[in-house]
Amino acid sequence: MIPRYQKILFFVLLAAALAMGGILWHLRQRAHERLLAGEDSAPTQAPAVAPTEQATLLVANDMDGSLLTEAQALPLPADPGQRARLILGRLLDLYAQPGAAHPVSGGAAGIAQVFLLPAPNAKDSPDQDAQLAVVNLTTAFAAAHPSGLETETLTVLSICGTLRANLSHVTQVRFLVDGEQRPNMAGHADLTRTYLTADATPAESSTP
Amino acid sequence: MHWINLHHGQTNRRVSRWEKGRVAVLLSAFALALPCAAQAPAAPAARFVVVLDAAHGGDDTGGRLASGQMEKAATLALSVRLRSVLNARGIAVITTRESDAAMESDRRAGIADHAKAGACLSLHATESGTGLHLFTSSLAPAPATRFMAWKTAQAAYVTRSLALAGALNSALQQAGTHVTLGRTALAGLDSMTCPALAVEIAPERGPDGNVTAEPDNPNYLARVAASLAAALLEWRSDPQRLNPQNTGVRQP
Repeated sequence: MIPRYQKILFFVLLAAALAMGGILWHLRQRAHERLLAGEDSAPTQAPAVAPTEQATLLVANDMDGSLLTEAQALPLPADPGQRARLILGRLLDLYAQPGAAHPVSGGAAGIAQVFLLPAPNAKDSPDQDAQLAVVNLTTAFAAAHPSGLETETLTVLSICGTLRANLSHVTQVRFLVDGEQRPNMAGHADLTRTYLTADATPAESSTP
Repeated sequence: MHWINLHHGQTNRRVSRWEKGRVAVLLSAFALALPCAAQAPAAPAARFVVVLDAAHGGDDTGGRLASGQMEKAATLALSVRLRSVLNARGIAVITTRESDAAMESDRRAGIADHAKAGACLSLHATESGTGLHLFTSSLAPAPATRFMAWKTAQAAYVTRSLALAGALNSALQQAGTHVTLGRTALAGLDSMTCPALAVEIAPERGPDGNVTAEPDNPNYLARVAASLAAALLEWRSDPQRLNPQNTGVRQP
């Protein structure tokens, strides 16, 4: 003989199990509908194109060791890191063109990423928002870079100067090659140190 | 005093034999010092030494020149030639390498630092640009300290290095050489505790920009070596070289 209280407990638990099963079925249906709704709302129009803005490039010249300012109109996204990558990519595209005054092959693909971080000791500097830019170059770019003290130095300085001209909070720059620290660019320019963007000024040139 | 008694030929029994010997040595030294003092009234000037560092070497070939020669060979050729010219003009030279040997940048800097040189030149060669490129360390000038960080030791000498670059630029321009001045971050150069420059020889170009002499051209190398030697001779007598205002002289 089954006690009465056990019968009542059995039916209560059965009802609870059925209720939970129903709730689970309902939630599953809602998730499925949400998924279908997501597929229906796939973009049917082209993404908005970033507005064209003026960017300032510091273009190197091997003949006199100078850095010349050049304005370029580029579609630039709002994200500072992506802006920096696009601007530096445009700079390297100029160097990859035939007859460039500072010939370096590779073009925009030579810049893998640009990360912007708070600069070390930023609280002690006049610019509280000072940033450190970490420029990640590709191995292919570094391997194809012409070897020479002047040409490597000019590449580094033009990148630093261009970052400073477009992102005023960037005060320091470090270089990586495929995510790793490398002793030098192509046998000369030291890539283990932190560069100050304020140092990226045109080199003096003199002709007799 | 004992020596007065001895001078007058008096025998003083209280004067020991050891004291007599000491006085004799002092008198002899005084007598020997007199003619020397007459001949050299001023202290002799410190020896002017130039350190020549032919960059690269061994497995580190450096760049490739248009002629197919590697940069390490061109820098060694320039180092050997410049050493000969400087020696002929009475300037002592210390080279970091005399053969195709690999050498770490720290060892090169160590050789330069031990030489206490008046000028240290790191020699390079390239296919880009024209004329001579004179690079000073991009480190910010800093006062010398008793213990300086190895990687930034040049900071205490940057002011003198800039003065050296100015002196060489002036002398080289007078010799008709195209000069480009700049600042760079170069391992080895930043660790040198002497007025230091990186000298990069680039092709000689005509007014139309065409190359008239490659960096490994013997005649071009000879002209560059002669120009650099003349410039270093001027630097040897340059007052800025020893001006305390421009030095990183260590403070006690």
